[in-house]
Amino acid sequence: MTGTSVRRFVAGLATTAIVLSACSSSTPSSAPASQAAPASQAPVASVPASVPASQAASAPASQAASGGVTAVVIPKQINNPYFDVAFKGAQKAAADLGGTVTQVGPSAADATQQVPFIQTATTQGVGAIIISADDATAVAPALKAAMQAGIKVVGYDSSPAVGAYNVFVNQADTAGIGKGLANMACDLAPSCTGEIAVLSAAQSATNQNAWIAAMQTTMKDAKYSKLVWDGVVYGNDDPQVSTQQAQALLQAHPNLKVIVAPTTVGIVAAAQVVRAAKKTGSVFVTGLGTPKGMVDYVKGGESPEFALWNVTDLGYLAYAVAAQLAAGTIKGTEGETFTVPSLNNGQPYTIGKDSVVVLGPPFVFNKDNIDQYVASFGF
Amino acid sequence: MPKTQGQPGMLGRVTGALGRSRELTLVALIVLMCAIVSLGAPQFLSISNLDQVTAMAAIFAIAGIGEAMVVMTKNIDLSVESTIGLVAFLVGVTLRQGDLPVPAAWLLGIGVGLLLGMVNGAVITVFRIPSIVVTLGTLSIFRGLVFIIAGGKEVNLSDLPAGYANLATDTVLGVPVFVIVAVVIVAIVGLLLWKTRFGRQVYAVGSNAEAAAILGIRSRLVTFAVFSIAGLLGGIAGVMWGIYFGTIYATSASGVVLQIVAAVVVGGVSIAGGTGTVVGAALGALFLALINNALLVLQLPQELLQAIYGAVILVAVSADALLSRRNKGQAAQEAAR
Amino acid sequence: MTAPAVRSRRLPLASLARWETLLVILLVGLLVAGTQLSRFFLSANNFANLTSSVMEVAIMALPMTLIIITGDIDLSVESMVGLAGAVLGTLMLAGLPLPLAIPIVLIVGGLGGWLNGLLVTRAGLPALVVTLGTLALFRGLANVILGPTVISVWPDWFTEFGFGTIAKSPIPYTLVVFAVLAAVFWLVTHGTWLGRQVVAIGKSKDAARYSGVPVASLRNWLFILSGVVAALAGIILAARFSSARNDNGTGMTLTVVTVVLLGGVDINGGKGSIPGVVLAVFVLAVLQNVLRLAGVSSEFQGIAVGLLLVFSVIVPQLARQAKAALDRARRGRRPPAGSMAAGEINV
Repeated sequence: MTGTSVRRFVAGLATTAIVLSACSSSTPSSAPASQAAPASQAPVASVPASVPASQAASAPASQAASGGVTAVVIPKQINNPYFDVAFKGAQKAAADLGGTVTQVGPSAADATQQVPFIQTATTQGVGAIIISADDATAVAPALKAAMQAGIKVVGYDSSPAVGAYNVFVNQADTAGIGKGLANMACDLAPSCTGEIAVLSAAQSATNQNAWIAAMQTTMKDAKYSKLVWDGVVYGNDDPQVSTQQAQALLQAHPNLKVIVAPTTVGIVAAAQVVRAAKKTGSVFVTGLGTPKGMVDYVKGGESPEFALWNVTDLGYLAYAVAAQLAAGTIKGTEGETFTVPSLNNGQPYTIGKDSVVVLGPPFVFNKDNIDQYVASFGF
Repeated sequence: MPKTQGQPGMLGRVTGALGRSRELTLVALIVLMCAIVSLGAPQFLSISNLDQVTAMAAIFAIAGIGEAMVVMTKNIDLSVESTIGLVAFLVGVTLRQGDLPVPAAWLLGIGVGLLLGMVNGAVITVFRIPSIVVTLGTLSIFRGLVFIIAGGKEVNLSDLPAGYANLATDTVLGVPVFVIVAVVIVAIVGLLLWKTRFGRQVYAVGSNAEAAAILGIRSRLVTFAVFSIAGLLGGIAGVMWGIYFGTIYATSASGVVLQIVAAVVVGGVSIAGGTGTVVGAALGALFLALINNALLVLQLPQELLQAIYGAVILVAVSADALLSRRNKGQAAQEAAR
Repeated sequence: MTAPAVRSRRLPLASLARWETLLVILLVGLLVAGTQLSRFFLSANNFANLTSSVMEVAIMALPMTLIIITGDIDLSVESMVGLAGAVLGTLMLAGLPLPLAIPIVLIVGGLGGWLNGLLVTRAGLPALVVTLGTLALFRGLANVILGPTVISVWPDWFTEFGFGTIAKSPIPYTLVVFAVLAAVFWLVTHGTWLGRQVVAIGKSKDAARYSGVPVASLRNWLFILSGVVAALAGIILAARFSSARNDNGTGMTLTVVTVVLLGGVDINGGKGSIPGVVLAVFVLAVLQNVLRLAGVSSEFQGIAVGLLLVFSVIVPQLARQAKAALDRARRGRRPPAGSMAAGEINV
């Protein structure tokens, strides 16, 4: 694993060097190579693998023969632990099914930068594209072009526009996440009473907006009637902005009981602010986070519980769906069922409205189970 | 009536004094703003709020001091945010692996910051290339190095020694440690610029490079030194960034160069070089941090925040230009009389 | 005739020869590398993709070139891209047909540029400072107008304009827009008195003023032009991604400036050429495309672009120094009286 990654890494450097030395004869090609020194000591195991052009070229032939497919995973952003863990799941599925999978994508979560990767994969003629959309509509024309070229498109994590994918693998259904968020807020507010506020990602973040709306729908129930809604603030998934917003929430609402942050960056920032403001025990933080990022705050008492789906399984399911689409065993139409041996206890998944498949309910983490999940989730 | 005659004179004298000293203007603005905001939101001035806001401002002030020195020599360093990000991440990774004790990891980080600054300074002075071009390049290159070191991982609080992030808001006699660090650095760099030959050379190189050369000032050496110091201070800011946030991402500090340059400019350091003080730059960082916090605490609609923030920067710098022009006008009138 | 005018007429041609040769060599090298690395590189589809992915940056680089030649800079363009999309989408939702909304958006762009120009030329503030402020302000206005809304339903002809190619050719419509604009900018900059005045301002504002160049109003108009073109880029971006959202265009300014500098424009003003910048657009587009096709991951792409920028400035600098050393050696200890002045004009 590490060996091949290092080799690919060096190959990447070599191509960079070739390109640069082709640019200008007096460019010392040793410049990029010298950067390999610190990098080779760093954990490069999860550096997204490169796509050797030769391998991509042989894609259409190999896909028909085996149960797997040559797929490219395009996350919202590379170098993001969440997507790297999902990619590990996809790699495991590819190994199990006998296909190949590589991950490429932009270094910032930006649709403008994501589209060229879709186009490159289309040009290379891969078997399937597995994508988490930075912007549902922005990636749609490029994905439709890919589908016209015969490539199967599977959305995961964040859906492209309906019609621009064959199947969307949803981590958990929106209503379920909204309900989960409302329930955790209710658990943490003393006797389900008091002020709560939401720290979200960007104002236009599709997932978060849908979850927050679902949470508000749930909270119309009488059970939540004593929770006071202080509103939503936006941290843009930027640690600095999220921190500033969380600090201001504590000041603007002195009686705040719970901050709900349905984003992995925001929840950590909010928990750290509560700790730094010495409000541990009077203000609680919950939402969606990663076990490793939150373990310290679960044990410290800032965030007694939070949730997340199994991200490895999400990547595994996305690849498995891509493979079945490529093999023709499913078409992606509503009502179709299929099984993935190692998921869902072997029970069948059903493709629902808008060709959406739901992975399953999210996990809730607390101090009793977090240590075990830190190990198994890997992030 | 003497009153009506006296009042404009008084006002003129006050604005005159304010216009002459950017530091005084900022202090007055900060006091005024705190007073107004605390009317609308009394909790704005609470100790716990101020502790957290000033501690973050301290990080920007320290990076801003380095940037201010660079700007004084009529250069600019756009790569400072990548230096902060690289150092923060490197220190985090070192501590995660347990290779070094905490103080050694900090020293390593600061040393790397210095090294990056020296790289900038060397390329700029040896090849005589405009600093904006070089640092635009190293902005991408240094960030690329962070991505490589990170390899898709982030440094979580649980990777760091117990209680590591608490250092950010620890206080000594009620003052956050970060603020003390910033004040000490302001004092050291301020003295360096104020009292030493090197300091005078920095201003000389920025105000008139040719005249400086005639005076025998080795302007390239001064420029190299200034970029090295900026790298060093960026390294310190990077170490503090890691402590403050506790969780460090490969993209940490992306985009903050604009906030740092804004702090320097609002602090009265002229982009044209040769003028300004580090006290001004530090006050500029404090002012912007407080404005930001005030806008959030006042619970203005989220959509408005950035527009107001942009308008504040524009007003702050325009007001200064107008005040100083008015002073020049008054001085000319007095001279004519 | 004044010295700047003499220089402006001779300088572009002289520097063109060197700088653009370098860029052409670079481009050819990249094209060769591309064909070696991937058999898909020369496909029509790939050409359409690689050009359309940089068109917004490309058209904004044109006025930015002139602004940097005069010694100013406009950092606010990326926020104008966002603001233009926000205004366009909002007008469309309000029921205004796009052909009517588009001119309004261009006017908004002009007004934004006018604000920049006013603060720079009337208040006498440095362009860097002013446009740093409007960078935040324009983005803020986009937030005010759109908030969390994402406008994603557009007429078909509009998205086709942004994403499609002419008939079945590999030429994107947006490339035509860029080509027309680039031709106009090229003619005006290198063939008219207006272009010479721009260069003269960059050489010396005082000298230009004394020779009758309307320095303030010309700088002002360049900012207005930059605003209008940035708004046009915002319209193209909205069309290409069929999406108007408050963060459209974030981070684009650095790429625009990178392209302009790579195109050989002197950041200190007074020197630069449109053909150089056009070549730089394609160098950047092809480099990014080649790296993607080669499967080089994004972190190396940033490093590669950064190194390219730095080396593209170092190499000619070294060449100049070497040439100067060579000239000195050739001339010996007694240079002929006229040669220094001639050399100065050419360099």
